[in-house]
Amino acid sequence: MVANVLLFASWADALGPSVRLELPDDATVRQLLEAVLARAAGRSLPKPLVAVNHRYARLELRLRVGDEIAIIPPVAGG
Amino acid sequence: MRTAIVERPLDAAALLAEVASPASGASTLFVGTVRDVNEGRAVTGIDYSAYGPMAERELAAVVSEAAERFATDRIVVEHRIGTLGLGEASIAIAVSHARRAAAMDAQRFVIEEVKRRVPIWKREHYADGTREWVDPAGHSHAAETR
Repeated sequence: MVANVLLFASWADALGPSVRLELPDDATVRQLLEAVLARAAGRSLPKPLVAVNHRYARLELRLRVGDEIAIIPPVAGG
Repeated sequence: MRTAIVERPLDAAALLAEVASPASGASTLFVGTVRDVNEGRAVTGIDYSAYGPMAERELAAVVSEAAERFATDRIVVEHRIGTLGLGEASIAIAVSHARRAAAMDAQRFVIEEVKRRVPIWKREHYADGTREWVDPAGHSHAAETR
């Protein structure tokens, strides 16, 4: 499947507001994260978490077509 | 309970009035503001940005948890995004409770959880013209010169 992944903060500055990734149909969050990190190879970016449908996702979660996927760099609100 | 992510200046006094109740023996108001220095560097302003729908959901979840844990639904939180100058408020948290200890504990819980998990980011502007995203772990990344 093709995943459209939203990016924020330092990640958006480096790679743009989103990236499209080709993933296996039953891909997990772990596989997605590996693909995103490969796209960022050579850049100094902070280690992110992944959110699926507006919730922090475990690495074992399987992605489904239509999920809203986002890379969440270290947060700094407040 | 009410939470909001807004793009206008915060009115902390209005939040305090919003949580007031005759049943309350204590009200607390926390205001986070833009400071003029961070890790020894002179700061002139901060851009706050958010992953809007998730930030709203996570902020509401934090306040729901606080309401349950500390037994009060009189909690109002507003977080501002956009470009803020020195001294401007980025977050305001008002809590009202029958007892002062619970009011203060609830307020502390909310600010710590917001900092830990709500997807909001800040990019500091420095006096030398550079800007960097802040990583609370202590590193700054993706420096860029204006």
